[in-house]
Amino acid sequence: MEKAFLIKYGEIALKGKNRRTFEESLVKQIQFALKDVDGEFEVTRPMGRIFVESKEEFDVDDAIEALQHVFGIVGICPAVLTEDTGFDDLAKEIVAYVDEVYPDKNFTFKVDSRRARKNYPMNSMELNAKIGEKLLEAFPEMKVDVHHPEVMIHVEIRERINYYCKEIPGPGGMPVGTNGSAMLLLSGGIDSPVAGYMIAKRGVTIDATYFHAPPYTSERAKQKVIDLAKQVSKYAGPIRLHIVNFTDIQLYIYEECPHEELTIIMRRYMMKIAEHFAYEDGDLGLITGESIGQVASQTMQSLECTNAVCTLPVYRPLIGFDKQEIIKRSEEIGTYETSILPYEDCCTIFVAKHPVTKPRRSVIENSEKKLAEKIDELMDVAIQTTETVTVTP
Amino acid sequence: MEAYLDNSATTKCSSKAVKLMTKVLTEDYGNPSSLHNKGMDGENYLRDARSIIAKSLKVNDKEIIFTSGGTESNNLALIGTAMAYKRRGMHIISTPIEHPSVANPLAFLEERGFEITYLPVDHSGLIDLKALSDEIRPDTILVSIMHVNNEIGAVEPIKEAANIIKQKNSTTLFHVDAIQSYGKLEILPKKMNIDLLSVSGHKIHGPKGSGFLYISEKVNCKPILLGGGQELGYRSGTENVPAIAGLGVAVEEIFKKFEKNQNQLYELKDYFVDEVQKIDGVSLNGPLDVHGAPHIISVSVEGVRAEVLLHALEEKYVYVSAGSACSSNKPALSKTLKAIGLNNNLLDSTVRVSFSVHTTKEEVDYALEQMQEIIPKLQKYTRH
Repeated sequence: MEKAFLIKYGEIALKGKNRRTFEESLVKQIQFALKDVDGEFEVTRPMGRIFVESKEEFDVDDAIEALQHVFGIVGICPAVLTEDTGFDDLAKEIVAYVDEVYPDKNFTFKVDSRRARKNYPMNSMELNAKIGEKLLEAFPEMKVDVHHPEVMIHVEIRERINYYCKEIPGPGGMPVGTNGSAMLLLSGGIDSPVAGYMIAKRGVTIDATYFHAPPYTSERAKQKVIDLAKQVSKYAGPIRLHIVNFTDIQLYIYEECPHEELTIIMRRYMMKIAEHFAYEDGDLGLITGESIGQVASQTMQSLECTNAVCTLPVYRPLIGFDKQEIIKRSEEIGTYETSILPYEDCCTIFVAKHPVTKPRRSVIENSEKKLAEKIDELMDVAIQTTETVTVTP
Repeated sequence: MEAYLDNSATTKCSSKAVKLMTKVLTEDYGNPSSLHNKGMDGENYLRDARSIIAKSLKVNDKEIIFTSGGTESNNLALIGTAMAYKRRGMHIISTPIEHPSVANPLAFLEERGFEITYLPVDHSGLIDLKALSDEIRPDTILVSIMHVNNEIGAVEPIKEAANIIKQKNSTTLFHVDAIQSYGKLEILPKKMNIDLLSVSGHKIHGPKGSGFLYISEKVNCKPILLGGGQELGYRSGTENVPAIAGLGVAVEEIFKKFEKNQNQLYELKDYFVDEVQKIDGVSLNGPLDVHGAPHIISVSVEGVRAEVLLHALEEKYVYVSAGSACSSNKPALSKTLKAIGLNNNLLDSTVRVSFSVHTTKEEVDYALEQMQEIIPKLQKYTRH
């Protein structure tokens, strides 16, 4: 029966002068999300409301699922939009609507009307009372409870009239595209896709860099990362993914530097390369999935060491999370199943039995001097041979 | 140059088979169960393929049951006979080096009350015949042994095993998984006292999704797929006529030059075995004499992880196999390699090279050249 959705958005309504920009971004993201759902959707933006309508029949569940991937949406209300043909017609429609949505009438309710169009002959109090009356006449089992109703029947009088009684939660956050862009260091693990999701949720457009090391890592490992980016892009929109061949740099570090420092030195060069692409893409920061103490390379000392090579801010949205919390999030956003596929990432291929857990920056920088001869050239080659693809859902 | 040396995983389909399959799919697409002419056309393809296959094994046409491939053949043989004979006994004998399509149905039966005995194997993967003789009991309903092991190429003494089984208990059935051996080694069920024999089509240049199970007419076997009663009731479901027709062609081709093919494979294998062992750190597993299959070589490379070697060779268009994908955390180590007592540090450093009749000396030379170049390089960088 519902042919439209009323979209509720919380946070962005507060943003004063920027409101228009935020709403426009949200409309754009909604249109993008509905692109692959069958139906000709029209997204309109009358005063302080966003409506999604379709002239054709469409699958309501598919549309809701798509809308649940749009940051900035707080609630999705399947609603009926109708022309004003007088109160009697409206009351009849609402009675039929409640009958269809709730076959079992044993519940308490309240009517909540809003009269945005002030020339309507009844005010909201009168509307509440009259519609409630009609409902009680039709379904005597229903009871009014104005304090804690089980069902709230919303009626809004605007140019057209809409009514609805259910609200499905959206993901919250802010529409992607309202807060600049950042470069995600993406691996095949559990953490980095979640980190990307969380920053995207604040309205940030995501670019990504992935490091692989053939033949030590396989084509399947690369495909896995592309699949992860695809899943994140369901929320974040298209992601530009840079795929860097890191083998020669990694082997060179292996040859020249102490093996227990391998991971930390490797990560410093990864940050440098990611930052190179961040500047190229106009990003305002880097994003990693690090969380304090999770592994040797994520102790406070290690983080200080890797952070030191960057000039852009590094955002670490998972920094205070436990592994279990991260896993829970990754299950919620649908990346977990892919993340646990057993293909080796380049971080783990030469991992030492006892890597340094409290590296001193001066010591690490000293070790890196041994790379002076060839490292610049290898970095250039890695950057030049990088493959860039745009990943969409 | 490309060298496809993963023929035990699958082979290229015969072009003559593909041609016939296209014809069956687009022109003679009738359902053999239909009463009209088009249905009759379909039935004729089944009859021809069945007769070609029966001839290759010297058995009766009606003892060949078409399936979707090796896995289904093994499942049908094991579960079907277990169900048919469980009143007589619930003891089954097999080996620890069987393919998962035998090992997992056996585990399934074990959960349902069957007792499974696994025979010990020696360091080259050959079963202990004395142990087999000792383990057969009055309630042993089935023995299942693979003819050629898919990882190390060990050729099990099927004929001797059959004799022992029938001497100890004439009612015990003998199932042979011949998926890696059919078309490469001689196997004649009637002469060798084999009651059930599994074969897959795509290992012998037939299409994927084709295969058959030989079921001796003396054997009772319950179907595991129920429905319209096709394939004498052993395997319901509309027959995969194009795949079966293609399989017929592939079988015909491979048996036409059986001996020549076999000699050619042995020659290539001997050559490869000699050369590859010259590379530092390389050792071979499984029997290298007459007890080894003509087309499978298991190669261990000290200090190199199998998956890394596989991908390094892949970059040079040399294709080998390395078990299933595994990570540093959870190596999926081979049960077969463990069973033959391979040194722990080589379990994750072993690749399989496998030939087909289309493998050329040039390909093998090219692959050897690449291995000689790549292996020492990879040995330089090892995990600590």
